[in-house]
Amino acid sequence: MTDGHGQADDGIEPDGGEATTEDPSTEMAIQTDVSESVNDSDYTREAGTLVEARDVSVYYNDDRALNDITMDIPENRVTAMIGPSGCGKSTFLRCINRMNDMIDAARVEGDLLLRGKNVYDDDVDPVALRRRVGMVFQKPNPFPKSIYDNVAYGLEIQGADGDYDEIVEESLKRAALWDEVKDQLDESGLDLSGGQQQRLCIARAIAPDPEVILMDEPASALDPVATSKIEDLIDDLAEEYTVVIVTHNMQQAARISDKTAVFLTGGELVEFDDTDKIFENPDSERVEDYITGKFG
Amino acid sequence: MSTDDIVDDLTRDTQNSPEELLTRSFFFVCAVLSIVTTVSIVVLLVTEAAKFFSITAPLMGIEGPTASIVDFLTGTTWEIGNRRFGVLALVSATLMITIGSAIIALPLGVATAIYLSEYAAPRHRAFLKPALEVLAGIPTVVYGFFALIYITPVIQTVLPGTGTFNLLSASIVVGIMIIPMVASISEDAMSAVPDDLRQAGYGMGATKFDVSTGIVVPAALSGIFSSFILALSRAIGETMAVTIAAGSQAQFLNPIDPTAYQEGALPMTAAMVQLLLGDITGGGLAYRSLFAIGLTLFVITLVMNVISDLIAQRYREEY
Repeated sequence: MTDGHGQADDGIEPDGGEATTEDPSTEMAIQTDVSESVNDSDYTREAGTLVEARDVSVYYNDDRALNDITMDIPENRVTAMIGPSGCGKSTFLRCINRMNDMIDAARVEGDLLLRGKNVYDDDVDPVALRRRVGMVFQKPNPFPKSIYDNVAYGLEIQGADGDYDEIVEESLKRAALWDEVKDQLDESGLDLSGGQQQRLCIARAIAPDPEVILMDEPASALDPVATSKIEDLIDDLAEEYTVVIVTHNMQQAARISDKTAVFLTGGELVEFDDTDKIFENPDSERVEDYITGKFG
Repeated sequence: MSTDDIVDDLTRDTQNSPEELLTRSFFFVCAVLSIVTTVSIVVLLVTEAAKFFSITAPLMGIEGPTASIVDFLTGTTWEIGNRRFGVLALVSATLMITIGSAIIALPLGVATAIYLSEYAAPRHRAFLKPALEVLAGIPTVVYGFFALIYITPVIQTVLPGTGTFNLLSASIVVGIMIIPMVASISEDAMSAVPDDLRQAGYGMGATKFDVSTGIVVPAALSGIFSSFILALSRAIGETMAVTIAAGSQAQFLNPIDPTAYQEGALPMTAAMVQLLLGDITGGGLAYRSLFAIGLTLFVITLVMNVISDLIAQRYREEY
């Protein structure tokens, strides 16, 4: 990847979603700026939009799992998707990197734009898309390879240039795992604890420098301590990446996200707004009922 | 319910009821039967082979002609009439068929397994895998005359000077014979690789090829190696097809010389068939050589199975 990530600079390019600059040198300064506003309770400034969903519906055979989802996912922010089981939030997440393609019965309708390009266009290669949109799964799934090879995997399949040692170290540092594993990079990733494995999977996802990181309930299989480490990490990741996270845990969504989308039964996006607004003063009564635990 | 009733109820000894004892004994007898059979065969092989060698024959109370164990293990001439029992002549032919069939079957079998496990649509796989397993059900004698009648003439057209009986033809046909074994066992191992790992790969932007060769095959390596060893053991022990295709001329050949494969030779199994079909008299030296070859063959396959277990353990990945 030569063009890096996060070039559509919110604040500089008002129509960020369409913008691609090739100059990575401005990136750091802007990101520092962004990080100050991340999780800021006074979050008001609209970030540039990276992913736009327009009337996205998903069918499994004839059953509709997602119903006309329209939402703009901001760049360099954490967007959480919450809702009860079976509400379609994971299905929507998997639309963004076209992982649903692998399910024969699944059919996607509508437009899903990454920087203005519809990823469901016929000329889009899902392999190329997934190199820009990394994913972290619910259950930690490191490869049965060494820790080093796990992190370097994305670089290898892309035939990336550069110093792999350096990228591996940098990625493990960003995933807050480096100090724990720096002396055992040759050991199998499967020898790590569950929480470490999940951070290894995050390091693996960020090593090829994607633009978006999708996380499908990344902490649901972990204990509270490991969960809190992952949450801290997600916070840091938003400095450089756009994070979209599905979670069952509403407190988690409230803690880590800037924007929250509430999906309710029937694959419907009921409300999508700033996280503070969703949790403090949602427009929809159904959302309020869900948030306050009246159902779901 | 009173305490007495409870005590009665809870102290039933179902572990030692007559039905339990009966079924337990039945299964025990079945298990023991196969072990006893195996042990008996090994004992028979060892005692009869011991009567063959001059070093052990006196211990067995055998008088008359015997063979030197050193000549047997290092000799390269197998001429029963001249009492020259150099087993290396037979081992070389067996080894060549094993190498030849491995070159054909291992890559093809693994490639087939990758296709079935990773590429084939479920409905294709539902048809292809049983079809492949039918290959394993064809009687080996059919493979033998298939080699003699179809494969050998083709080889002779391509490589003039190839004998009617030749090791290349035998290798090809044994290779075809063991492909299903490699493919089927490897496919089982690949299918057992958790889908999580494939998802992780695809989620990284890996192509199907990346996932198959970089993730699934390494993760299934222990199963793939096991399939290799089992298939090679089968190739070593294969009798009927090689007896028909490889000929009956015992000669020592160099396994790493490609042209040697154009010649016929006598593999160990075929030599045993030949001995049994010939007018060997019970108790004679030729008769006992049968057991010496059998023991050698047994030791080779045993060693391979042990190696297989070691390799499988070494490469076992827990996912």
